[in-house]
Amino acid sequence: MATLTASPTVAPPPNRARRRQRRRVPPVLLAFLLVPIAVEAFWVFWPALQGFWLSLTNWDGVSAPGFVGLGNFGELFGDPIFRSSALNTMIWLLLFGGLSAIGGLGLALLLQREGRGVGFYRAALFTPVVFSLVATSLIWQALYQPDGLLNKVLGGLGLESWQHAWLADPDTALYAVLVPALWRQVGYVMVLYLAGLKGIDPTLFEAAKIDGAGRWQQFRFVTWPQLRSVNSVVLSVIVIDSLRSFDVVWAMTKGGPYHSSELLSTYMYSTAFQSLRLGYASALAVVIFVLAFGVIVAYLVRAFREDDS
Amino acid sequence: MKRRTFAFHAVAGTLSVLWLLPIALVLLTAIRTFDDIAGNGLGALPDSFSLDSFGEAWNAGGQSQAMLNSLLVTVPTVLLSLALAAAAAFALSRYDIPFRRAIILLMLAGNLLPPQILLVPVAKLCELLGIYDTLPALIVVQVGFGLGFYTFVLQGFMRAIPDEIQQAATIDGAGPVTIFWRIILPMTRPALAALSALAFTWVFNDLLWAITVLRTGTVMPVTPALLGLQGQYVSNWNVIAAGSVIAAIPTVAVFLRFQRHFISGLAIGAVK
Repeated sequence: MATLTASPTVAPPPNRARRRQRRRVPPVLLAFLLVPIAVEAFWVFWPALQGFWLSLTNWDGVSAPGFVGLGNFGELFGDPIFRSSALNTMIWLLLFGGLSAIGGLGLALLLQREGRGVGFYRAALFTPVVFSLVATSLIWQALYQPDGLLNKVLGGLGLESWQHAWLADPDTALYAVLVPALWRQVGYVMVLYLAGLKGIDPTLFEAAKIDGAGRWQQFRFVTWPQLRSVNSVVLSVIVIDSLRSFDVVWAMTKGGPYHSSELLSTYMYSTAFQSLRLGYASALAVVIFVLAFGVIVAYLVRAFREDDS
Repeated sequence: MKRRTFAFHAVAGTLSVLWLLPIALVLLTAIRTFDDIAGNGLGALPDSFSLDSFGEAWNAGGQSQAMLNSLLVTVPTVLLSLALAAAAAFALSRYDIPFRRAIILLMLAGNLLPPQILLVPVAKLCELLGIYDTLPALIVVQVGFGLGFYTFVLQGFMRAIPDEIQQAATIDGAGPVTIFWRIILPMTRPALAALSALAFTWVFNDLLWAITVLRTGTVMPVTPALLGLQGQYVSNWNVIAAGSVIAAIPTVAVFLRFQRHFISGLAIGAVK
């Protein structure tokens, strides 16, 4: 799950202080501010800069890093595993991101009403969100086993020919890993959309109804435009989440068989900590950073604007 | 109208059952015996009942140690992150700090970075400091990485607190530390509660940082230790299932106890 949401308002206290007095900054506040900044600088910004630098070296973790310029990036072009993991990452982005957004919106629309049972339905769909992805993976691995429930059900339906070693077949491994990730993500996106739907002024729907709008028209001309800011949050969340996805693949297949479920994130990890090609792995990390960069900037711009309002 | 309600419950009910099915299945697997699973297949209905697999996972599987490690990491990480973030947020939201906005966005940007870019340097930094493969390494790394987001949320919340309250306290002679501790922090409690619940699950469920700065099996928290458990009990699905259930209990408990905070935390900002 992305460790991010958007603008800072948990039930905002009323009466925002707009024009605060100019206040001299007492020295003790410098400590308040500088200690956290120093911690983040030391554990995030400094390592990040090193990461960029290492991507230009051939470091193996033992001998001194040798500068190779853009050599690592050149090697990426010819690396078939890089190409397939980049392609898989794109598939992941489209399917994991797209389906969780559509599914989450659909469920939120379905469950936005209040009424008997709705609380239970929401809780049921949300429950997987609190599980770790590793626990999720183990649960689903049991389902996918050759003698597991999935094949059992297929057999029961007379679909023996569909039975499969889902995680061991290179053709199905990526998708078999994607399903548990979706199982968990959909409930999260649903919560985001539920909050967004709750924020829509109900008089808008009344006005639309009076004007004779049908259900689809209400969605198209009232709900959807009103969800604009939630949509952009969801978009950032799913892009950043997709590029970060690691746990579920690592726990289920480690990227295999034959790299068929490899994502850039898992390839980067195994290159760094199993093949010990730290320079090359850093170049892979830079690629992931570049892919995420646009979304990060868009997100920051949004945060910047909202900070003022 | 009646029929519409029926259709709604049919659809929503079916989806809920489908969503809960894997959870029900893991519970059913955990209470079966190994012989039952080996004989009748993993997908069969239980033909046995035993709670031994929980004991096996907890003792021989090493989950008692792993759970202790998890709590030793998670609790200090959450407390430290929120304490530091609240202090920074206080300075940034209640005073005229130069470049205030640039600082906030820079801190947030650090949290949005893909962690992959940090993995290699962080592992090496831990080795250099002599804390590689120890729990403190995992704590400091996660505090550093989470700080930006918590600061961003808290400063937004603190900014919304009316200025008059602080002015009155200043006139009464309260210094910044008193104002922070006695006025602003108590008023930020809802946001702190929401963030604590979220941070707890995030830190507890983490895999990537743990396997980056830790190596030895005995120091692993529960989440990465589950992978070890799976390696240890290859086809003993009852033990693996029991282990997954045990590993999920703390976060489920936090969720059930702080449900409202948890959901509001996740939905922070979806509404604007």
